[in-house]
Amino acid sequence: MSEETITLEVTRYRPGHDREPRAQTFSVPYRKDWVVLDALNHIKDRTDGTLSYRWSCRMGVCGSCGMMVNGVPKLTCAAFLRDYHPGPIRVEPLANFPVVRDLVISLDDFMEKLRRVKPWIIREVEKPVAEGEYLQTPAQLDLYKQFSMCINCMLCYAACPVYGLDPVFIGPAAIALGYRYNLDSRDEGYRIRQPILTEAVGVWDCTFVGECSVVCPKGVDPAAAIQRSKVAGAKEWFMSMLLPWGGR
Amino acid sequence: MSTRKTSEPFWWGLFSVGGVVAAFLVPVHLFLHGLAVPLGWIPVSPARIQALVGHPLIKLYLFVLIALPLYHWAHRFRFILEDVGLHALRAPIAVLSYGSAVVGTVLTLWVLLR
Ligand code: SF4
Ligand code: FES
Repeated sequence: MSEETITLEVTRYRPGHDREPRAQTFSVPYRKDWVVLDALNHIKDRTDGTLSYRWSCRMGVCGSCGMMVNGVPKLTCAAFLRDYHPGPIRVEPLANFPVVRDLVISLDDFMEKLRRVKPWIIREVEKPVAEGEYLQTPAQLDLYKQFSMCINCMLCYAACPVYGLDPVFIGPAAIALGYRYNLDSRDEGYRIRQPILTEAVGVWDCTFVGECSVVCPKGVDPAAAIQRSKVAGAKEWFMSMLLPWGGR
Repeated sequence: MSTRKTSEPFWWGLFSVGGVVAAFLVPVHLFLHGLAVPLGWIPVSPARIQALVGHPLIKLYLFVLIALPLYHWAHRFRFILEDVGLHALRAPIAVLSYGSAVVGTVLTLWVLLR
């Protein structure tokens, strides 16, 4: 008996060569324990070595294997073929990003946004190493832990219609990460970071569609970070109007 | 861009408190004045309602009840129009939406203070 197969329709595109992206059909062995990434690796190894895509860890940690699977942003190392049986399975580059080649998208815009929110601990004065580490209680850790689980996979940007419409929006993961450092008891950068989160292209562009939190593979819930930052931003705005010294 | 930067939290703040009013208070009034009173479940005379509405605190309450949800509507309406593709017109859309709410607010004041 011949082995069962499943069909993948994979987007191929070389900007500068191809006029537009096209779907190429590949047939791969159907294995219950295979994920979409395994199927792509099979194609690259056996059928067409020119197929381009990103991946690294194969275990949902590095965040580099995000693609659209049947139109939904997914980590392909966590998307099992069996969940799409009998197929065909459509594999496309992450939506809302410029394509570099085939399934590889450009990270430039996201990287710039990530840097903009300063996702690191800011101290007014660093204490000397000799004085030891900054201690934190479990309760202080719990405050931001969920938002620190982000693996920068950008699935939330691919799911966000606001970002799709106008990429000036700073977007879910960047806001969630900025918010994460704002919540960190060791951080003193709130006054620097909060104005970036609450500028016009920050949280206010969000219309609370909520898809970011639906597709997030790490349970980060960026939509909650955005909503809470809006509440904080609006409170500060009204305070600064009522009390001349309130908004600082 | 710079005016958006400063006014956005203001409109969002009104949108958000307007949403609370629309979600919690408006349904109560729909029930009371749309069903319970007209169908006679709660016996009150029109004269009594008239007297109530004359009270300054009730006027203030009515102002909050009517005006704030207008800003909730305006904010939603603005973003719906932008989302269906009128993105290039975002400035005039914002003026139209929030402007309508402001007109509604003035009308409400006028009716209540007449
Ligand atoms: S918030 Fe979630 S979906 Fe967005 S980049 Fe981080 S892990 Fe990925
Ligand atoms: S390969 Fe690392 S998250 Fe999928």
